[in-house]
Amino acid sequence: MIEATGLTKRYGDKLAVDQLSFQVRPGIVTGFLGPNGSGKSTTMRMAMGLDAPSTGRITINGRQYQDLAWPLREVGALLEAKAIHPGRSAFAHLWMLAQTNDISRTRVEEVIEIVGLTTVARRRAGKFSLGMGQRLGIAAALLGDPEVLLFDEPVNGLDPDGIRWVRNLLKGLAREGRTVFVSSHLMSEMALTAEDVIVIGKGRLIAQMSVDDLIAQSSQRFVRVRSPEIGTLRTALEREGATTVLEDDGSLSVRAITEDVIGECAAGIPVVLHELAPQSASLEEAFMELTESSVEYRGEDTASVAAKGAGA
Amino acid sequence: MSTSTIELRAAVGTTPRTGHYHMSGLLRSEWTKLRTVRSTMWTLGMTIVLGIGLSAIATAETTSHWSTTSLASRAGFDPTNESLIGVAFVQLIVAILGVLVMSDEYGTGTIRSTLAAAPRRPKVLVAKATVFGVVALVVSEVVSFVAFFLGQALLKSPTPHTSLGSPGALRAVVGAGLYLCVLGLFSLGLATIIRHTAGAISAVVASLLVLPLVAAALPSSIGDQVRKFLPANIGNSLTSLHSGAHQFAPWTGFALLCVYAAAALLIGGILFVRRDA
Ligand SMILES: Nc1ncnc2c1ncn2[C@@H]1O[C@H](COP(=O)(O)OP(=O)(O)OP(=O)(O)O)[C@@H](O)[C@H]1O
Ligand SMILES: [Mg+2]
Repeated sequence: MIEATGLTKRYGDKLAVDQLSFQVRPGIVTGFLGPNGSGKSTTMRMAMGLDAPSTGRITINGRQYQDLAWPLREVGALLEAKAIHPGRSAFAHLWMLAQTNDISRTRVEEVIEIVGLTTVARRRAGKFSLGMGQRLGIAAALLGDPEVLLFDEPVNGLDPDGIRWVRNLLKGLAREGRTVFVSSHLMSEMALTAEDVIVIGKGRLIAQMSVDDLIAQSSQRFVRVRSPEIGTLRTALEREGATTVLEDDGSLSVRAITEDVIGECAAGIPVVLHELAPQSASLEEAFMELTESSVEYRGEDTASVAAKGAGA
Repeated sequence: MSTSTIELRAAVGTTPRTGHYHMSGLLRSEWTKLRTVRSTMWTLGMTIVLGIGLSAIATAETTSHWSTTSLASRAGFDPTNESLIGVAFVQLIVAILGVLVMSDEYGTGTIRSTLAAAPRRPKVLVAKATVFGVVALVVSEVVSFVAFFLGQALLKSPTPHTSLGSPGALRAVVGAGLYLCVLGLFSLGLATIIRHTAGAISAVVASLLVLPLVAAALPSSIGDQVRKFLPANIGNSLTSLHSGAHQFAPWTGFALLCVYAAAALLIGGILFVRRDA
Protein backbone atom coordinates (compact mmCIF):
# COMPACT_ATOMS: atom_id res chain seq x y z
CA MET A 1 0.00 0.00 0.00
CA ILE A 2 1.33 3.39 -1.04
CA GLU A 3 -0.40 6.42 0.39
CA ALA A 4 0.09 10.09 -0.47
CA THR A 5 -1.46 12.73 1.77
CA GLY A 6 -1.43 16.37 0.74
CA LEU A 7 1.85 15.70 -1.04
CA THR A 8 3.37 18.92 -2.37
CA LYS A 9 6.72 19.68 -3.95
CA ARG A 10 8.06 23.07 -4.93
CA TYR A 11 11.25 23.65 -6.89
CA GLY A 12 11.80 27.36 -6.40
CA ASP A 13 8.72 29.00 -7.87
CA LYS A 14 7.70 25.88 -9.71
CA LEU A 15 4.95 23.82 -8.13
CA ALA A 16 5.75 20.34 -9.39
CA VAL A 17 3.32 18.39 -7.19
CA ASP A 18 0.31 20.08 -5.63
CA GLN A 19 -1.70 18.70 -2.69
CA LEU A 20 -1.72 15.20 -4.10
CA SER A 21 -3.58 12.52 -2.14
CA PHE A 22 -4.11 8.96 -3.33
CA GLN A 23 -3.81 5.34 -2.35
CA VAL A 24 -2.29 2.49 -4.29
CA ARG A 25 -3.73 -0.89 -3.34
CA PRO A 26 -1.97 -4.25 -3.36
CA GLY A 27 -2.92 -7.03 -5.76
CA ILE A 28 -3.44 -4.91 -8.85
CA VAL A 29 -1.39 -2.85 -11.25
CA THR A 30 -2.08 0.84 -10.69
CA GLY A 31 -1.24 3.13 -13.57
CA PHE A 32 0.02 6.64 -12.88
CA LEU A 33 -0.94 8.82 -15.80
CA GLY A 34 -0.29 12.43 -16.62
CA PRO A 35 1.03 14.59 -19.43
CA ASN A 36 4.73 15.53 -19.59
CA GLY A 37 5.84 17.54 -16.62
CA SER A 38 2.77 16.74 -14.57
CA GLY A 39 4.83 15.51 -11.62
CA LYS A 40 4.86 11.72 -11.94
CA SER A 41 8.60 11.27 -11.58
CA THR A 42 8.74 13.84 -8.80
CA THR A 43 6.07 11.90 -6.89
CA MET A 44 8.01 8.66 -7.33
CA ARG A 45 11.25 10.27 -6.16
CA MET A 46 9.47 11.52 -3.05
CA ALA A 47 8.10 8.03 -2.41
CA MET A 48 11.72 6.79 -2.51
CA GLY A 49 12.95 9.46 -0.13
CA LEU A 50 15.22 10.91 -2.82
CA ASP A 51 13.45 14.28 -2.86
CA ALA A 52 11.88 15.65 0.30
CA PRO A 53 8.25 16.83 0.05
CA SER A 54 7.73 20.55 0.67
CA THR A 55 4.62 19.62 2.63
CA GLY A 56 2.52 16.51 3.04
CA ARG A 57 3.84 12.98 2.97
CA ILE A 58 3.98 9.78 1.04
CA THR A 59 4.25 6.51 2.90
CA ILE A 60 4.79 2.87 2.06
CA ASN A 61 2.89 0.48 4.28
CA GLY A 62 2.42 3.37 6.66
CA ARG A 63 6.09 4.30 6.92
CA GLN A 64 8.24 6.88 5.22
CA TYR A 65 10.99 5.43 3.06
CA GLN A 66 13.75 6.54 5.45
CA ASP A 67 12.19 4.47 8.21
CA LEU A 68 12.12 1.15 6.34
CA ALA A 69 14.14 -1.53 8.09
CA TRP A 70 15.25 -3.37 4.93
CA PRO A 71 14.43 -0.96 2.10
CA LEU A 72 15.20 -3.28 -0.82
CA ARG A 73 13.23 -6.12 0.73
CA GLU A 74 10.22 -3.88 1.15
CA VAL A 75 10.27 -1.64 -1.92
CA GLY A 76 11.70 -2.13 -5.41
CA ALA A 77 11.96 0.72 -7.83
CA LEU A 78 12.88 1.46 -11.39
CA LEU A 79 13.32 5.20 -11.61
CA GLU A 80 13.20 7.32 -14.72
CA ALA A 81 16.75 8.65 -14.60
CA LYS A 82 19.68 6.31 -15.01
CA ALA A 83 21.00 4.94 -11.76
CA ILE A 84 23.78 2.61 -12.90
CA HIS A 85 27.53 3.17 -13.24
CA PRO A 86 28.45 2.44 -16.86
CA GLY A 87 31.81 1.02 -15.82
CA ARG A 88 30.36 -1.58 -13.48
CA SER A 89 29.08 -4.96 -14.64
CA ALA A 90 25.44 -5.87 -14.21
CA PHE A 91 26.45 -8.45 -11.62
CA ALA A 92 28.61 -6.00 -9.65
CA HIS A 93 25.84 -3.40 -9.67
CA LEU A 94 23.33 -5.85 -8.26
CA TRP A 95 25.82 -7.38 -5.87
CA MET A 96 26.77 -4.07 -4.27
CA LEU A 97 23.06 -3.35 -3.79
CA ALA A 98 22.40 -6.82 -2.42
CA GLN A 99 25.13 -6.46 0.18
CA THR A 100 23.48 -3.42 1.76
CA ASN A 101 20.34 -5.40 2.57
CA ASP A 102 21.87 -8.82 3.35
CA ILE A 103 20.55 -10.33 0.14
CA SER A 104 22.33 -13.47 -1.01
CA ARG A 105 24.47 -13.91 -4.09
CA THR A 106 22.10 -16.66 -5.20
CA ARG A 107 19.25 -14.16 -5.34
CA VAL A 108 21.44 -11.86 -7.46
CA GLU A 109 21.95 -14.70 -9.95
CA GLU A 110 18.23 -15.43 -9.77
CA VAL A 111 17.08 -11.93 -10.75
CA ILE A 112 19.68 -11.83 -13.52
CA GLU A 113 18.05 -15.02 -14.80
CA ILE A 114 14.52 -13.60 -14.44
CA VAL A 115 15.31 -10.57 -16.58
CA GLY A 116 17.31 -12.64 -19.06
CA LEU A 117 20.72 -11.01 -18.67
CA THR A 118 22.65 -14.14 -17.70
CA THR A 119 24.94 -14.14 -20.72
CA VAL A 120 25.93 -10.49 -20.37
CA ALA A 121 25.95 -10.17 -16.58
CA ARG A 122 29.73 -9.77 -16.39
CA ARG A 123 29.89 -7.11 -19.07
CA ARG A 124 30.11 -3.41 -18.36
CA ALA A 125 26.62 -1.94 -18.13
CA GLY A 126 27.74 1.05 -20.21
CA LYS A 127 27.79 -1.23 -23.25
CA PHE A 128 24.18 -2.31 -22.73
CA SER A 129 21.42 -1.39 -25.15
CA LEU A 130 18.50 0.67 -23.87
CA GLY A 131 16.42 -2.45 -23.38
CA MET A 132 19.18 -4.32 -21.53
CA GLY A 133 19.70 -1.31 -19.28
CA GLN A 134 16.00 -1.27 -18.52
CA ARG A 135 16.10 -4.98 -17.69
CA LEU A 136 19.00 -4.39 -15.33
CA GLY A 137 16.99 -1.66 -13.62
CA ILE A 138 14.09 -4.08 -13.27
CA ALA A 139 16.42 -6.75 -11.87
CA ALA A 140 17.49 -4.26 -9.21
CA ALA A 141 13.85 -3.57 -8.37
CA LEU A 142 13.15 -7.30 -7.95
CA LEU A 143 16.32 -7.98 -5.95
CA GLY A 144 14.84 -7.93 -2.46
CA ASP A 145 11.62 -9.70 -3.52
CA PRO A 146 9.67 -6.65 -2.31
CA GLU A 147 5.92 -6.39 -1.78
CA VAL A 148 5.78 -2.87 -3.17
CA LEU A 149 7.11 -1.97 -6.61
CA LEU A 150 7.42 1.38 -8.35
CA PHE A 151 8.20 1.67 -12.03
CA ASP A 152 8.67 5.03 -13.71
CA GLU A 153 8.12 4.65 -17.46
CA PRO A 154 9.33 1.03 -17.54
CA VAL A 155 8.65 0.50 -21.23
CA ASN A 156 10.55 3.58 -22.34
CA GLY A 157 12.65 2.65 -25.33
CA LEU A 158 11.60 -1.00 -25.40
CA ASP A 159 10.65 -2.85 -28.55
CA PRO A 160 7.27 -4.60 -28.82
CA ASP A 161 8.72 -7.82 -27.41
CA GLY A 162 10.18 -5.95 -24.48
CA ILE A 163 6.92 -4.11 -23.88
CA ARG A 164 5.00 -7.37 -23.79
CA TRP A 165 7.57 -8.81 -21.43
CA VAL A 166 7.26 -5.87 -19.01
CA ARG A 167 3.46 -6.00 -19.20
CA ASN A 168 3.44 -9.67 -18.23
CA LEU A 169 5.95 -9.05 -15.50
CA LEU A 170 3.86 -6.27 -13.95
CA LYS A 171 0.71 -8.34 -14.09
CA GLY A 172 2.56 -11.33 -12.67
CA LEU A 173 3.81 -9.26 -9.75
CA ALA A 174 0.32 -7.94 -9.04
CA ARG A 175 -1.15 -11.44 -9.27
CA GLU A 176 1.22 -12.48 -6.51
CA GLY A 177 -0.49 -9.89 -4.35
CA ARG A 178 2.07 -7.14 -4.56
CA THR A 179 1.48 -3.42 -4.86
CA VAL A 180 2.51 -2.36 -8.36
CA PHE A 181 2.61 1.34 -9.23
CA VAL A 182 3.57 2.20 -12.81
CA SER A 183 3.84 5.56 -14.47
CA SER A 184 3.42 5.97 -18.18
CA HIS A 185 2.16 8.34 -20.76
CA LEU A 186 1.39 5.49 -23.09
CA MET A 187 -2.29 5.32 -22.22
CA SER A 188 -2.94 2.46 -24.59
CA GLU A 189 -0.27 0.49 -22.76
CA MET A 190 -1.90 1.22 -19.41
CA ALA A 191 -5.25 0.06 -20.77
CA LEU A 192 -3.67 -3.36 -21.29
CA THR A 193 -1.71 -3.45 -18.06
CA ALA A 194 -3.41 -1.49 -15.32
CA GLU A 195 -6.63 -2.14 -13.49
CA ASP A 196 -6.74 1.18 -11.64
CA VAL A 197 -5.40 4.52 -12.75
CA ILE A 198 -4.41 7.68 -10.96
CA VAL A 199 -4.50 10.62 -13.35
CA ILE A 200 -2.67 13.84 -12.55
CA GLY A 201 -2.22 17.12 -14.37
CA LYS A 202 -0.02 20.04 -13.33
CA GLY A 203 0.80 18.16 -10.16
CA ARG A 204 -2.83 17.87 -9.09
CA LEU A 205 -5.01 14.81 -8.83
CA ILE A 206 -7.55 14.67 -11.64
CA ALA A 207 -9.01 11.24 -11.13
CA GLN A 208 -8.48 7.93 -9.40
CA MET A 209 -10.65 5.16 -10.75
CA SER A 210 -10.62 1.83 -12.53
CA VAL A 211 -9.61 1.79 -16.17
CA ASP A 212 -13.08 0.49 -17.07
CA ASP A 213 -14.80 3.35 -15.30
CA LEU A 214 -12.48 5.85 -16.89
CA ILE A 215 -13.46 4.66 -20.33
CA ALA A 216 -17.14 4.28 -19.51
CA GLN A 217 -17.35 7.74 -17.99
CA SER A 218 -15.94 9.32 -21.06
CA SER A 219 -18.44 11.27 -23.17
CA GLN A 220 -16.64 9.84 -26.16
CA ARG A 221 -18.66 6.65 -25.76
CA PHE A 222 -21.12 6.27 -28.63
CA VAL A 223 -22.90 3.69 -30.75
CA ARG A 224 -22.34 3.35 -34.46
CA VAL A 225 -25.52 2.64 -36.36
CA ARG A 226 -26.03 1.86 -40.05
CA SER A 227 -29.39 1.40 -41.68
CA PRO A 228 -30.90 1.79 -45.18
CA GLU A 229 -33.49 4.14 -43.61
CA ILE A 230 -31.12 6.17 -41.52
CA GLY A 231 -33.18 9.40 -41.72
CA THR A 232 -36.27 7.82 -40.21
CA LEU A 233 -34.26 6.10 -37.52
CA ARG A 234 -32.41 9.30 -36.65
CA THR A 235 -35.65 11.20 -36.03
CA ALA A 236 -36.93 8.40 -33.83
CA LEU A 237 -33.71 8.20 -31.82
CA GLU A 238 -33.61 11.92 -31.20
CA ARG A 239 -37.14 11.67 -29.90
CA GLU A 240 -35.72 9.13 -27.38
CA GLY A 241 -33.22 11.76 -26.19
CA ALA A 242 -30.16 10.79 -28.24
CA THR A 243 -27.71 13.21 -29.75
CA THR A 244 -26.69 12.03 -33.20
CA VAL A 245 -24.12 12.88 -35.79
CA LEU A 246 -24.35 11.69 -39.39
CA GLU A 247 -20.86 10.68 -40.40
CA ASP A 248 -19.34 11.02 -43.88
CA ASP A 249 -19.52 7.27 -44.47
CA GLY A 250 -23.29 7.34 -44.00
CA SER A 251 -23.22 5.83 -40.53
CA LEU A 252 -24.84 7.53 -37.55
CA SER A 253 -22.96 8.16 -34.30
CA VAL A 254 -25.42 8.00 -31.45
CA ARG A 255 -24.68 9.35 -28.00
CA ALA A 256 -26.58 9.48 -24.71
CA ILE A 257 -28.67 6.34 -25.19
CA THR A 258 -27.61 2.71 -25.08
CA GLU A 259 -27.51 0.18 -27.89
CA ASP A 260 -30.43 -1.67 -26.24
CA VAL A 261 -32.69 1.38 -26.57
CA ILE A 262 -31.54 1.92 -30.15
CA GLY A 263 -32.35 -1.71 -31.05
CA GLU A 264 -35.81 -1.56 -29.47
CA CYS A 265 -36.52 1.76 -31.13
CA ALA A 266 -35.55 0.37 -34.55
CA ALA A 267 -37.74 -2.70 -34.04
CA GLY A 268 -40.69 -0.48 -33.06
CA ILE A 269 -40.66 1.60 -36.29
CA PRO A 270 -39.63 -0.92 -37.80
CA VAL A 271 -36.41 -0.27 -39.75
CA VAL A 272 -33.68 -2.69 -40.76
CA LEU A 273 -30.32 -2.32 -39.00
CA HIS A 274 -27.08 -3.14 -40.80
CA GLU A 275 -24.86 -2.26 -37.88
CA LEU A 276 -25.30 -1.58 -34.18
CA ALA A 277 -21.84 -1.25 -32.69
CA PRO A 278 -20.99 0.29 -29.30
CA GLN A 279 -17.71 2.18 -29.61
CA SER A 280 -15.71 2.75 -26.50
CA ALA A 281 -13.29 5.59 -26.49
CA SER A 282 -9.74 4.44 -26.10
CA LEU A 283 -8.06 5.21 -22.82
CA GLU A 284 -6.04 7.64 -24.87
CA GLU A 285 -9.14 9.66 -25.73
CA ALA A 286 -10.54 9.47 -22.23
CA PHE A 287 -7.22 10.65 -20.89
CA MET A 288 -6.90 13.54 -23.33
CA GLU A 289 -10.34 14.66 -22.35
CA LEU A 290 -9.54 14.53 -18.65
CA THR A 291 -6.27 16.35 -18.84
CA GLU A 292 -7.21 18.82 -21.53
CA SER A 293 -7.28 21.76 -19.15
CA SER A 294 -4.04 20.87 -17.45
CA VAL A 295 -1.56 20.14 -20.20
CA GLU A 296 1.72 21.73 -19.27
CA TYR A 297 3.53 21.89 -22.55
CA ARG A 298 1.15 22.00 -25.44
CA GLY A 299 2.34 22.28 -29.01
CA GLU A 300 0.73 25.45 -30.27
CA ASP A 301 -2.14 24.83 -32.59
CA THR A 302 -0.81 25.07 -36.14
CA ALA A 303 -3.85 27.02 -37.27
CA SER A 304 -3.39 29.68 -34.60
CA VAL A 305 0.32 29.91 -35.37
CA ALA A 306 -0.55 30.52 -39.01
CA ALA A 307 -3.12 33.11 -38.01
CA LYS A 308 -0.59 34.91 -35.80
CA GLY A 309 1.93 34.81 -38.63
CA ALA A 310 -0.61 36.37 -40.98
CA GLY A 311 -1.51 39.05 -38.45
CA ALA A 312 2.09 40.15 -37.86
CA MET B 1 12.74 -15.15 -19.95
CA SER B 2 9.02 -15.48 -20.32
CA THR B 3 7.59 -14.41 -17.01
CA SER B 4 4.77 -16.88 -17.16
CA THR B 5 7.20 -19.74 -16.67
CA ILE B 6 9.56 -18.10 -14.19
CA GLU B 7 8.79 -17.87 -10.53
CA LEU B 8 9.20 -14.25 -9.48
CA ARG B 9 9.19 -14.98 -5.79
CA ALA B 10 12.66 -15.42 -4.46
CA ALA B 11 13.51 -19.06 -3.94
CA VAL B 12 16.27 -18.22 -1.50
CA GLY B 13 18.05 -15.61 0.45
CA THR B 14 15.38 -13.05 1.19
CA THR B 15 13.60 -14.56 4.14
CA PRO B 16 11.95 -11.82 6.17
CA ARG B 17 14.00 -10.94 9.17
CA THR B 18 14.13 -8.74 12.17
CA GLY B 19 16.56 -5.91 12.70
CA HIS B 20 17.56 -3.21 10.33
CA TYR B 21 20.05 -2.83 7.49
CA HIS B 22 23.39 -2.25 9.10
CA MET B 23 26.80 -0.68 8.80
CA SER B 24 28.70 -3.86 7.94
CA GLY B 25 26.51 -4.38 4.88
CA LEU B 26 27.12 -0.81 3.79
CA LEU B 27 30.86 -1.20 4.29
CA ARG B 28 30.94 -4.36 2.20
CA SER B 29 28.88 -2.66 -0.48
CA GLU B 30 31.20 0.34 -0.62
CA TRP B 31 34.18 -1.97 -0.94
CA THR B 32 32.47 -3.78 -3.82
CA LYS B 33 31.78 -0.43 -5.49
CA LEU B 34 35.39 0.61 -5.16
CA ARG B 35 36.87 -2.55 -6.59
CA THR B 36 34.38 -3.08 -9.44
CA VAL B 37 35.09 0.15 -11.28
CA ARG B 38 38.21 0.28 -13.40
CA SER B 39 38.96 3.96 -12.88
CA THR B 40 39.32 3.59 -9.11
CA MET B 41 41.54 0.54 -9.45
CA TRP B 42 43.66 2.36 -12.01
CA THR B 43 43.97 5.34 -9.73
CA LEU B 44 45.08 3.14 -6.85
CA GLY B 45 47.57 1.36 -9.11
CA MET B 46 48.97 4.68 -10.30
CA THR B 47 49.37 5.85 -6.72
CA ILE B 48 51.50 2.80 -5.94
CA VAL B 49 53.58 2.82 -9.12
CA LEU B 50 54.22 6.55 -9.27
CA GLY B 51 54.62 7.00 -5.52
CA ILE B 52 57.33 4.37 -5.32
CA GLY B 53 58.73 4.90 -8.81
CA LEU B 54 59.27 8.65 -8.53
CA SER B 55 60.98 8.24 -5.15
CA ALA B 56 63.27 5.60 -6.65
CA ILE B 57 64.14 7.81 -9.63
CA ALA B 58 64.79 10.85 -7.43
CA THR B 59 67.05 9.01 -4.99
CA ALA B 60 68.97 7.24 -7.76
CA GLU B 61 69.53 10.58 -9.47
CA THR B 62 70.77 12.16 -6.27
CA THR B 63 73.26 9.35 -5.79
CA SER B 64 74.59 9.64 -9.31
CA HIS B 65 75.09 13.41 -9.04
CA TRP B 66 76.30 13.56 -5.46
CA SER B 67 79.97 14.17 -6.37
CA THR B 68 79.00 17.31 -8.31
CA THR B 69 76.44 18.59 -5.80
CA SER B 70 77.29 21.94 -4.19
CA LEU B 71 78.27 21.99 -0.53
CA ALA B 72 75.26 24.14 0.36
CA SER B 73 72.88 21.62 -1.16
CA ARG B 74 74.71 18.79 0.57
CA ALA B 75 74.31 20.50 3.92
CA GLY B 76 70.55 20.88 3.48
CA PHE B 77 70.05 17.36 2.15
CA ASP B 78 67.32 15.41 3.95
CA PRO B 79 67.46 11.75 2.86
CA THR B 80 64.12 10.96 4.49
CA ASN B 81 62.27 13.73 2.70
CA GLU B 82 64.06 12.85 -0.54
CA SER B 83 62.91 9.24 -0.43
CA LEU B 84 59.31 10.40 0.16
CA ILE B 85 59.27 12.71 -2.85
CA GLY B 86 56.96 10.33 -4.73
CA VAL B 87 54.39 10.68 -1.98
CA ALA B 88 54.24 14.43 -2.59
CA PHE B 89 53.67 13.76 -6.27
CA VAL B 90 50.83 11.29 -5.83
CA GLN B 91 48.89 13.46 -3.39
CA LEU B 92 46.89 14.85 -6.27
CA ILE B 93 46.02 11.33 -7.46
CA VAL B 94 44.82 10.23 -4.03
CA ALA B 95 42.83 13.45 -3.74
CA ILE B 96 41.20 12.79 -7.11
CA LEU B 97 40.30 9.28 -6.00
CA GLY B 98 38.65 10.77 -2.91
CA VAL B 99 36.65 13.05 -5.18
CA LEU B 100 35.65 10.25 -7.56
CA VAL B 101 34.37 7.99 -4.79
CA MET B 102 31.59 10.52 -4.21
CA SER B 103 31.21 12.56 -7.41
CA ASP B 104 31.00 9.47 -9.62
CA GLU B 105 27.81 8.50 -7.80
CA TYR B 106 26.25 11.77 -8.88
CA GLY B 107 27.77 11.74 -12.35
CA THR B 108 26.44 8.29 -13.13
CA GLY B 109 23.21 8.43 -11.13
CA THR B 110 24.34 5.51 -8.93
CA ILE B 111 23.51 7.71 -5.94
CA ARG B 112 19.82 6.99 -6.57
CA SER B 113 20.41 3.25 -6.39
CA THR B 114 22.59 3.71 -3.34
CA LEU B 115 20.00 5.75 -1.47
CA ALA B 116 17.18 3.44 -2.49
CA ALA B 117 19.09 0.62 -0.81
CA ALA B 118 20.15 2.69 2.19
CA PRO B 119 18.10 5.85 2.68
CA ARG B 120 19.85 6.95 5.87
CA ARG B 121 22.32 9.36 4.34
CA PRO B 122 24.71 9.92 7.25
CA LYS B 123 25.25 6.15 7.37
CA VAL B 124 26.05 6.10 3.66
CA LEU B 125 28.58 8.90 3.99
CA VAL B 126 30.23 7.27 7.01
CA ALA B 127 30.48 3.94 5.16
CA LYS B 128 31.94 5.61 2.10
CA ALA B 129 34.48 7.67 4.03
CA THR B 130 35.47 4.66 6.15
CA VAL B 131 36.08 2.32 3.22
CA PHE B 132 37.90 4.95 1.21
CA GLY B 133 39.87 6.08 4.27
CA VAL B 134 41.04 2.56 5.12
CA VAL B 135 41.97 1.74 1.52
CA ALA B 136 43.75 5.07 1.09
CA LEU B 137 45.60 4.62 4.38
CA VAL B 138 46.79 1.10 3.61
CA VAL B 139 47.91 1.99 0.08
CA SER B 140 49.56 5.23 1.21
CA GLU B 141 51.45 3.59 4.06
CA VAL B 142 52.64 0.82 1.77
CA VAL B 143 53.80 3.38 -0.78
CA SER B 144 55.44 5.45 1.90
CA PHE B 145 57.33 2.59 3.58
CA VAL B 146 58.40 0.95 0.32
CA ALA B 147 59.49 4.33 -1.07
CA PHE B 148 61.52 4.98 2.09
CA PHE B 149 63.31 1.65 2.17
CA LEU B 150 63.91 1.57 -1.57
CA GLY B 151 65.06 5.20 -1.52
CA GLN B 152 67.52 4.59 1.32
CA ALA B 153 68.88 1.57 -0.52
CA LEU B 154 69.41 3.68 -3.64
CA LEU B 155 71.09 6.51 -1.72
CA LYS B 156 74.48 4.76 -1.64
CA SER B 157 77.59 6.10 0.08
CA PRO B 158 78.97 8.69 -0.05
CA THR B 159 75.41 10.04 -0.38
CA PRO B 160 73.96 10.32 3.12
CA HIS B 161 71.17 7.93 3.91
CA THR B 162 69.27 7.09 7.00
CA SER B 163 67.30 4.37 8.73
CA LEU B 164 63.87 4.12 10.23
CA GLY B 165 65.42 4.18 13.67
CA SER B 166 67.01 7.60 13.29
CA PRO B 167 65.22 10.53 14.93
CA GLY B 168 62.18 11.79 13.02
CA ALA B 169 62.39 9.19 10.24
CA LEU B 170 59.54 6.98 11.42
CA ARG B 171 57.35 10.04 12.03
CA ALA B 172 58.03 11.23 8.47
CA VAL B 173 57.28 7.87 6.86
CA VAL B 174 54.13 7.16 8.87
CA GLY B 175 53.11 10.82 8.54
CA ALA B 176 53.40 10.74 4.75
CA GLY B 177 50.85 7.93 4.56
CA LEU B 178 48.55 9.59 7.07
CA TYR B 179 48.78 12.84 5.14
CA LEU B 180 47.63 11.19 1.88
CA CYS B 181 44.73 9.46 3.61
CA VAL B 182 43.43 12.59 5.34
CA LEU B 183 43.91 14.69 2.22
CA GLY B 184 41.83 12.10 0.35
CA LEU B 185 39.09 12.35 2.99
CA PHE B 186 39.18 16.13 2.73
CA SER B 187 38.68 15.74 -1.04
CA LEU B 188 35.81 13.31 -0.48
CA GLY B 189 34.20 15.94 1.75
CA LEU B 190 34.65 18.62 -0.92
CA ALA B 191 33.09 16.31 -3.50
CA THR B 192 30.10 15.72 -1.21
CA ILE B 193 29.61 19.48 -1.04
CA ILE B 194 30.19 20.15 -4.76
CA ARG B 195 28.75 16.91 -6.24
CA HIS B 196 30.38 17.39 -9.64
CA THR B 197 33.64 15.68 -10.57
CA ALA B 198 35.08 18.60 -12.52
CA GLY B 199 34.09 21.17 -9.92
CA ALA B 200 35.39 19.12 -7.00
CA ILE B 201 38.70 18.37 -8.75
CA SER B 202 39.09 22.08 -9.46
CA ALA B 203 38.57 22.83 -5.79
CA VAL B 204 41.18 20.24 -4.83
CA VAL B 205 43.67 21.51 -7.41
CA ALA B 206 43.02 25.03 -6.17
CA SER B 207 43.79 24.13 -2.57
CA LEU B 208 46.88 22.08 -3.46
CA LEU B 209 48.40 23.98 -6.38
CA VAL B 210 46.77 27.37 -6.90
CA LEU B 211 46.62 28.68 -3.34
CA PRO B 212 50.39 28.19 -2.86
CA LEU B 213 50.96 30.35 -5.97
CA VAL B 214 48.59 32.98 -4.65
CA ALA B 215 50.40 32.93 -1.30
CA ALA B 216 53.71 33.33 -3.10
CA ALA B 217 52.40 36.39 -4.92
CA LEU B 218 51.37 38.08 -1.68
CA PRO B 219 53.79 40.24 0.32
CA SER B 220 55.87 37.73 2.28
CA SER B 221 54.64 38.95 5.67
CA ILE B 222 51.10 37.86 4.75
CA GLY B 223 52.07 35.12 2.30
CA ASP B 224 54.12 33.21 4.86
CA GLN B 225 51.24 33.26 7.31
CA VAL B 226 48.80 32.04 4.66
CA ARG B 227 51.15 29.38 3.39
CA LYS B 228 51.52 27.60 6.69
CA PHE B 229 47.80 26.77 6.62
CA LEU B 230 47.89 25.15 3.18
CA PRO B 231 47.62 21.35 2.96
CA ALA B 232 50.75 20.92 0.84
CA ASN B 233 52.83 22.79 3.40
CA ILE B 234 51.42 20.73 6.22
CA GLY B 235 52.39 17.63 4.26
CA ASN B 236 55.88 18.91 3.71
CA SER B 237 56.36 19.64 7.39
CA LEU B 238 55.25 16.07 8.19
CA THR B 239 57.71 14.45 5.79
CA SER B 240 60.71 16.65 6.58
CA LEU B 241 63.05 16.11 9.51
CA HIS B 242 63.08 19.81 10.36
CA SER B 243 60.09 22.07 10.04
CA GLY B 244 60.72 25.29 8.13
CA ALA B 245 60.50 28.71 9.73
CA HIS B 246 56.96 29.30 8.51
CA GLN B 247 55.53 25.88 9.10
CA PHE B 248 53.51 24.32 11.84
CA ALA B 249 55.17 21.59 13.85
CA PRO B 250 54.46 18.24 12.11
CA TRP B 251 51.66 16.95 14.32
CA THR B 252 50.15 20.39 14.85
CA GLY B 253 49.87 20.74 11.09
CA PHE B 254 48.46 17.25 10.80
CA ALA B 255 45.82 18.01 13.43
CA LEU B 256 44.86 21.07 11.40
CA LEU B 257 44.54 18.96 8.27
CA CYS B 258 42.27 16.60 10.19
CA VAL B 259 40.13 19.60 11.14
CA TYR B 260 39.89 20.56 7.45
CA ALA B 261 38.81 17.07 6.50
CA ALA B 262 36.32 16.82 9.35
CA ALA B 263 34.86 20.22 8.46
CA ALA B 264 34.53 19.32 4.77
CA LEU B 265 32.88 15.99 5.63
CA LEU B 266 30.59 17.58 8.18
CA ILE B 267 29.42 20.36 5.87
CA GLY B 268 29.13 17.80 3.05
CA GLY B 269 27.14 15.51 5.34
CA ILE B 270 24.71 18.24 6.37
CA LEU B 271 24.14 19.21 2.74
CA PHE B 272 23.83 15.54 1.78
CA VAL B 273 21.02 15.11 4.30
CA ARG B 274 19.25 18.33 3.36
CA ARG B 275 19.44 18.29 -0.41
CA ASP B 276 17.37 16.33 -2.87
CA ALA B 277 19.40 13.54 -4.43
N1 LIG C 1 14.94 18.92 -9.73
C1 LIG C 1 14.05 19.77 -10.28
N2 LIG C 1 14.26 21.09 -10.22
C2 LIG C 1 13.39 21.95 -10.76
N3 LIG C 1 12.25 21.58 -11.38
C3 LIG C 1 11.98 20.28 -11.46
C4 LIG C 1 12.87 19.31 -10.93
N4 LIG C 1 12.34 18.08 -11.16
C5 LIG C 1 11.19 18.30 -11.82
N5 LIG C 1 10.98 19.60 -12.00
C6 LIG C 1 9.79 20.21 -12.65
O1 LIG C 1 8.65 19.68 -12.03
C7 LIG C 1 7.65 19.37 -12.99
C8 LIG C 1 7.28 17.92 -12.87
O2 LIG C 1 8.31 17.13 -13.40
P1 LIG C 1 8.29 15.54 -13.45
O3 LIG C 1 9.59 15.10 -14.01
O4 LIG C 1 7.91 15.03 -12.12
O5 LIG C 1 7.12 15.28 -14.49
P2 LIG C 1 6.69 13.89 -15.16
O6 LIG C 1 5.23 13.76 -14.96
O7 LIG C 1 7.53 12.79 -14.69
O8 LIG C 1 6.96 14.20 -16.70
P3 LIG C 1 7.39 13.19 -17.88
O9 LIG C 1 6.15 12.52 -18.35
O10 LIG C 1 7.94 14.12 -18.92
O11 LIG C 1 8.41 12.25 -17.34
C9 LIG C 1 8.22 19.76 -14.33
O12 LIG C 1 7.72 21.02 -14.68
C10 LIG C 1 9.69 19.81 -14.11
O13 LIG C 1 10.28 20.77 -14.94
MG1 LIG D 1 8.76 11.49 -15.61
